[in-house]
Amino acid sequence: MTDLAELYQDIILDHSKQPRNFGELSEANRHADGYNPLCGDHIEVWIRIDDDHVGKVHFSGSACAICTASASMMTQALQGKSHEESGVLFEQMRQMLAGTGDGDIDQSGLGKLAALGGVRRYPMRVKCATLPWHTFKAALDENTGQPVTTEQ
Amino acid sequence: MGVVTTKPACLPLDVGRIRHDFPILSAQVHGHPLVYLDNAATSQKPSVVLDALHAYYTQSNSNINRGVHALGERATEAYAKARDVVQLFLNAQSVGEIVFTRGTTEAINLVAQAYGASHLKVGDRVLISQMEHHSNIVPWQMVCQQTGAGLDVIPVSDDGELMMGRFESQLTDRTKIVAIAHISNAIGTVNPVSKIIQAAHANGAVVLLDAAQSIPHMAIDVQSLDCDFLAFSGHKTYGPTGIGVLYGKAALLADMTPYQGGGAMIRSVGFDQTTYRDPPDRFEAGTPNIAGAIGLAAAIGYMNQVGLPRISAYEADLLDYALQRLESVGKLRLIGRASNRAASISFVIDGIHPHDIGTILDDEGVAIRAGHHCAQPLMSRFGIPATARASIAMYNTKHEVDALVQAIQRAIEVFGV
Repeated sequence: MTDLAELYQDIILDHSKQPRNFGELSEANRHADGYNPLCGDHIEVWIRIDDDHVGKVHFSGSACAICTASASMMTQALQGKSHEESGVLFEQMRQMLAGTGDGDIDQSGLGKLAALGGVRRYPMRVKCATLPWHTFKAALDENTGQPVTTEQ
Repeated sequence: MGVVTTKPACLPLDVGRIRHDFPILSAQVHGHPLVYLDNAATSQKPSVVLDALHAYYTQSNSNINRGVHALGERATEAYAKARDVVQLFLNAQSVGEIVFTRGTTEAINLVAQAYGASHLKVGDRVLISQMEHHSNIVPWQMVCQQTGAGLDVIPVSDDGELMMGRFESQLTDRTKIVAIAHISNAIGTVNPVSKIIQAAHANGAVVLLDAAQSIPHMAIDVQSLDCDFLAFSGHKTYGPTGIGVLYGKAALLADMTPYQGGGAMIRSVGFDQTTYRDPPDRFEAGTPNIAGAIGLAAAIGYMNQVGLPRISAYEADLLDYALQRLESVGKLRLIGRASNRAASISFVIDGIHPHDIGTILDDEGVAIRAGHHCAQPLMSRFGIPATARASIAMYNTKHEVDALVQAIQRAIEVFGV
């Protein structure tokens, strides 16, 4: 598979064209805004958390296919996870997306999310894929005094 | 160098020979010949510029206006000559009207602070437009906050043109500064700057022209334009990064306080009193970008040799061709349809975000810009977060436009829109 074909796999295109859990979540009790100031991407993430478990995650916003697909797949992957499990997944994704080597990244347990790994070959696009995750983390940790940016 | 020097009316630009002068244009990207269409972000550099930088650092490198040694003299002379070249290029009245800066951004900040901060007061207005680059918005917001002056914004029409009727009513005797882009970096509109300058002067306002996007594409004569300030960047005009120019009318510069303090801008320093040198030195604190100025002079020499009228004519023809080819692509929508335009073409494709267009085009060796182009208010005006932008320079060809269109077709295929 070429780098480009790996980046724009069918599953990525599918999620970007028909994002899951898209739109405001009325029962949410956590929310954060995320911006990529260099490219203008903007997404919002809503979470419903009960008993330390992620009930539902929704997102909305205007972003590229990579960011949209990453956000859409994220909302599915996080559903039902505990606060701690969410943090672990966030860290695994961060390492996979921003990582440099192929061999030393443990992608087991990532499931479909591993499809986002193609972005590693495109350093300029890594922030597109990480933005939803950083935004989720900020909402989860209620670290929402400032909007999230990928400049951090 | 191999460029013809006869009058532009006689011979069209020989793009094959021009391309030969730019070493990077023979590069391969992802297995394809580089098609560089991101010239509004920065242009590529001809060998004469690269050679001038190399020659400076290998034969003349020294600080200026200080050492009495041979290298110091050479460097000082070369830096002074570079200023002369810029003066002639812009047809400024005197060399004292040419201030070297880091680029357009620093030049605009210099005027906002060294002129604006001391000339604006509560109730005064600064007039800019909706199509400005952030660098011609934020410095004015900052000085308005400092002084209590207010900011007015000339709106842009659906076609991407300044609404001149609105401009005329927004321009009042309270308007002290009008700061306007000569050509929009985002959508390529050429603004009617002569008309704006005349109207502003009739109302007693001074005019700063952001010429970052026009300098590489058209001959500019600051005296016939009668602008008060003009700013441009070396790197968008075939020169190095980190060097730019502020032109200011001598009388205005003489009335301005320094922008930064330090060495090279002083006449004498004491703890009780420091006196400043005359412009332009007053505005060039510290060791300047000597190599950058020399490289810029070489770039201007190159453009002069090709001839700006010839460059304009060639690029106008290429732009027409590109617009016609792009309009033939179904699903593609041009953003900005000004009747007078140059250099930059912005477009969107329903169902494909500009960043994804940019990545797929890059895979075909085609370099364009995707994003908000540091013009977020203009993007908001058109109700879009971003565009894809192809911007041309004198070395681009119709063949490259064809490659662009072909790569766009591939993006459409990949996304199945």
